[in-house]
Amino acid sequence: MPELKLGPDTERRLAAAREYRGLARIEGPLIFVRKTHPVGYRELVECVDSSGSPRLGMVMDSSDDLVVAQIFEGTQNLTMPDTTVRFTGKPLSLGVSTAMLGRVFDGLGRPIDSGPPPKAEREVDVNGRPINPTAREYPRDFIQTGISAIDGMNTLIRGQKLPIFSGNGLPHNELAAQIARQAKIRGGKTDFAVVFAAMGVKHDVARFFIRSFEETGSSDNVALFLSLADDPSIERIVTPRVALSLAEFLAYEKGMHVLVILTDMANYCESLREISTIRGEIPSRKGYPGYLYSDLAEIYERSGMIKGLPGSITQLPILTMPNDDISHPIPDLTGYITEGQIVFERDLGGRGIYPPVAGLPSLSRLMKDGIGKGMTREDHPHLASQLFAAYSYVKDVRNLASVIGEEELSPLDKKYIAFGEFFETRFINQSPDEDRSMERTLDLGWEALRRLPAEELHRVTDEELDTWYGAEVGG
Amino acid sequence: MNERIIGRVRRVNGPVIILRGVRDARMLELVHVGNGLLVGEVIKLEGEEALVQVYEDTTGLAPGEPAYGSGMPLSLELGPGLLGSIYDGIQRPLDELLKRTGTFIGRGVSANALDRSRRWGFVPSAAKGSLLAAGAVLGRVQETSRIEHRICLPPGTSGKLISIAPEGEYGVDEVVAVIDTGQERRELTMVQRWPIRVPRPARSRRPPSIPLVTGQRVIDTLFPLAKGGTVAIPGGFGTGKTMTQHAIAKWCDADIIVYIGCGERGNEMTDVLTEFPHLVDPRTGKSLMERTVLIANTSNMPVSAREASVYTGVTIAEYFRDQGYHVAVMADSTSRWAEALRELSGRMEEMPAEEGFPAYLPTRIAEFYERAGYMDTLSGSEGSMSIIGAVSPPGGDFSEPVTQHTKRFVRCFWGLDRNLANARHYPAISWLDSYSEYLEDVSSWWTDLAGEGWARDRKEIVELLRRETRLLQVVKLVGPDALPDSQRFVIEVCGLFKNAFLQQNAFDEVDRFSSPLKQYKMLSLILAYWRRGAGAIKRGVSLGELKKIAVLQDIVKMKFTIKDDDEEAFAKLAAALDRAVDRLESAYA
Ligand SMILES: Nc1ncnc2c1ncn2[C@@H]1O[C@H](COP(=O)(O)OP(=O)(O)OP(=O)(O)O)[C@@H](O)[C@H]1O
Ligand SMILES: [Mg+2]
Repeated sequence: MPELKLGPDTERRLAAAREYRGLARIEGPLIFVRKTHPVGYRELVECVDSSGSPRLGMVMDSSDDLVVAQIFEGTQNLTMPDTTVRFTGKPLSLGVSTAMLGRVFDGLGRPIDSGPPPKAEREVDVNGRPINPTAREYPRDFIQTGISAIDGMNTLIRGQKLPIFSGNGLPHNELAAQIARQAKIRGGKTDFAVVFAAMGVKHDVARFFIRSFEETGSSDNVALFLSLADDPSIERIVTPRVALSLAEFLAYEKGMHVLVILTDMANYCESLREISTIRGEIPSRKGYPGYLYSDLAEIYERSGMIKGLPGSITQLPILTMPNDDISHPIPDLTGYITEGQIVFERDLGGRGIYPPVAGLPSLSRLMKDGIGKGMTREDHPHLASQLFAAYSYVKDVRNLASVIGEEELSPLDKKYIAFGEFFETRFINQSPDEDRSMERTLDLGWEALRRLPAEELHRVTDEELDTWYGAEVGG
Repeated sequence: MNERIIGRVRRVNGPVIILRGVRDARMLELVHVGNGLLVGEVIKLEGEEALVQVYEDTTGLAPGEPAYGSGMPLSLELGPGLLGSIYDGIQRPLDELLKRTGTFIGRGVSANALDRSRRWGFVPSAAKGSLLAAGAVLGRVQETSRIEHRICLPPGTSGKLISIAPEGEYGVDEVVAVIDTGQERRELTMVQRWPIRVPRPARSRRPPSIPLVTGQRVIDTLFPLAKGGTVAIPGGFGTGKTMTQHAIAKWCDADIIVYIGCGERGNEMTDVLTEFPHLVDPRTGKSLMERTVLIANTSNMPVSAREASVYTGVTIAEYFRDQGYHVAVMADSTSRWAEALRELSGRMEEMPAEEGFPAYLPTRIAEFYERAGYMDTLSGSEGSMSIIGAVSPPGGDFSEPVTQHTKRFVRCFWGLDRNLANARHYPAISWLDSYSEYLEDVSSWWTDLAGEGWARDRKEIVELLRRETRLLQVVKLVGPDALPDSQRFVIEVCGLFKNAFLQQNAFDEVDRFSSPLKQYKMLSLILAYWRRGAGAIKRGVSLGELKKIAVLQDIVKMKFTIKDDDEEAFAKLAAALDRAVDRLESAYA
């Protein structure tokens, strides 16, 4: 049945004008209202406190005699008798437009810079709807970020969702900003619009990004949605959805390539846990709700490319791993949904290596279809695979060296140590404003491999050895 | 919609809703809820209330809205047109949905699972007047160039064939046969309906004895799966569950593939959809899509339809099994299905057991895998359904409930190892944690193919891998130099086996599939190096010399360079190896 019947809908709209004064209960961010007209699940709620300022919320539970809604701006200072509630008869929506680029919004999508409210071209439900898998176009075009650890080893693909798993104090913001600055499609100019959503991060993090966009003169191509650390935590649940609603509009209706940066997903998950606890739901691991996976998937799956449409959404969610623990539910469930992950290693960071991208746990799953002949360079797939294999052996050798001492290592193992050193300090390591070409990255990879004898290189072909291993490329 | 109103919505707080004023709803009845006619299923009846699991997003649904009962359980349409299709968890055709609601999936859309506008060439094979038992073949439709769809009497229907349509083109809705069941005359079309939660009956179960050949060496040679068998692939994120499932879906020797994307990524389904039509089955030369049915209920699609999706998949698989086909079902991932159960159970406010999962989780897992088997079908043929279930343990920790319970009910286990995956050793199937209880069952098949040597060689390599593990522990403590050459050679040979045999590149044209015979030839060569090398070391040849044998480089690359049927190339390699070792030994004679 494609269209809704007119009757009940009109009814709903009429009823929506009705207001209710007085609450039955307030608990955490939740309000409880008795004896209302039939209210739709997930309907948008406006609630006005005694001072007359409005707050937005969403219906979480609707039954004959009771409606429960969560208030995004928090319930602080609400009183039971003096609060007025209005049900709007529609889900939380956002007016979207191209004019939103270059602007700053709060976590619910209302402008907080000094400009006028941008004129909406369309109203969209922020919850989005699942993309039909048959409508998707499989992503294959690589994005050059100018960062060897990514371009060479974990190539980013247009339409991919590739999170950064970081830890407190590690330079994830620097890396995300650098990607946003340098990202380009081969042969083309930088043609990315950036949608940036901050959830529970500090003011200086937001400022850092804003400054970084200003410095490169790209501010006009960036829309920021800020729900900062001192904003009500419940608002964070909406922020990524609002940001992605704009991204979808820009990508699929305006044909833009959109890079979405979401930071910090750990804060998002904490807000979700908070509400779940208050609602008395049965928790699964570490107190997070059982639906955390599905909820995160609703966000992360809003990326990709659509058949027949020119635009794309590439997601770079950032999350700090509690205690640097990759098996914590937040990174774990994220890794189960995203198409790979860039993992930071505190050890590398401590040694001053930037970006401190861990060699082995990092992975780009879409890389395989976007690299090689005609895309990056013909030697890229085998080179990357060989670097991974060799670097993985370096870890074994280092373990051995820590037991028997580096002196005692066999001559071959010592070569691996030298390879590892070069790989980390010369290949991975670069400056936050260095924009390396793909060629340079791959050449550096071969330079690293030249620390090893050719017989050790099983993953590259003899022809590749002839062409690249033997070649003297200027360092 | 001419369905009766069975009640009205009392409460909505997610995918499970409560109806009030319910008097004549049936358990597991298919219902349409609210003004948007969302599809749902009655899952509990109590007093005048019914609990309904809604398969679509319930946003906007309000108390007081009506619910309509259909009078029948949630069932599938089974008939010509299934192959090559992609459905959501409750068998709605996704390409049809795309036409109706565009890029984003709309709600309340009902579409026939089988295309009504298509006509199929029906060739009758049962004779008018004959007495037919349930499951008997009425006629045939060449559904794809590769698969002949056998139109059978539905289970539970038997009798005298009063009339049967002559050869010709028919739509799936048209009557092709009339049966006198003794009670009534029943008109039959090419479509049957079958409820997803009820296993389709077969005549009897047979013990499995034929391997499902996957072309993946670590599987076929070390941990084989039998046709009609069950296997779990557990592994943390990114360890290779989906890649393994895709590889098997592409290259295994089943007749029909049912691939269930259960709560996983949209792009992975797109990958299958774009790649399979262009891939050619090495056995039949036909496009792989011609034998494939896809069920896609991705992670962002409604969670209750995710719960249903695995049943939808196995029901379709059983339907083809009943026609006498060997069907392989991939379920990626059963953990998402279990989590859907958990979420729905939570919404129903049931008492949770371990980690919030309902107490009936093990029962459901057991029932699911029990539907696999090698059967004598009602139609008198043999058919099988194998189930290959991915498991996604939180934190990659196999001690969690879904992995543990699954382990109780499957007979084969391919454990993925994070360290192997990190080292890009693919497939990252651990040779230490994995096992197959089908080994005995299929060994006579292998013996027929490869001779008595197979079982012995397989055992020998497994033994070597065990020795290697112990030796590596020593090396970790004192370094390799502390070991004598004879022991270091064990490590050397195992290293070769891992590189040359276990690792298999899913993206290489030649390497992605190895025939059983090629697998055996490869294994024999590596063991020849072991046996000859161990002998040479006894005679005084050093490990360094053995490692330098030039032909080793060819052995490492044989997976890429030697095609499946090229026995001669293997014989040449073996001879070259022999000569090289002979030469080394002659210096010490
Ligand atoms: N056999 C293989 N050959 C080559 N690459 C592989 C193979 N198996 C896995 N990979 C690599 O590992 C990546 C992850 O594999 P895959 O998607 O199968 O993981 P998964 O276990 O299904 O993860 P998740 O649980 O998150 O879905 C692939 O994108 C690919 O890069
Ligand atoms: Mg997977």
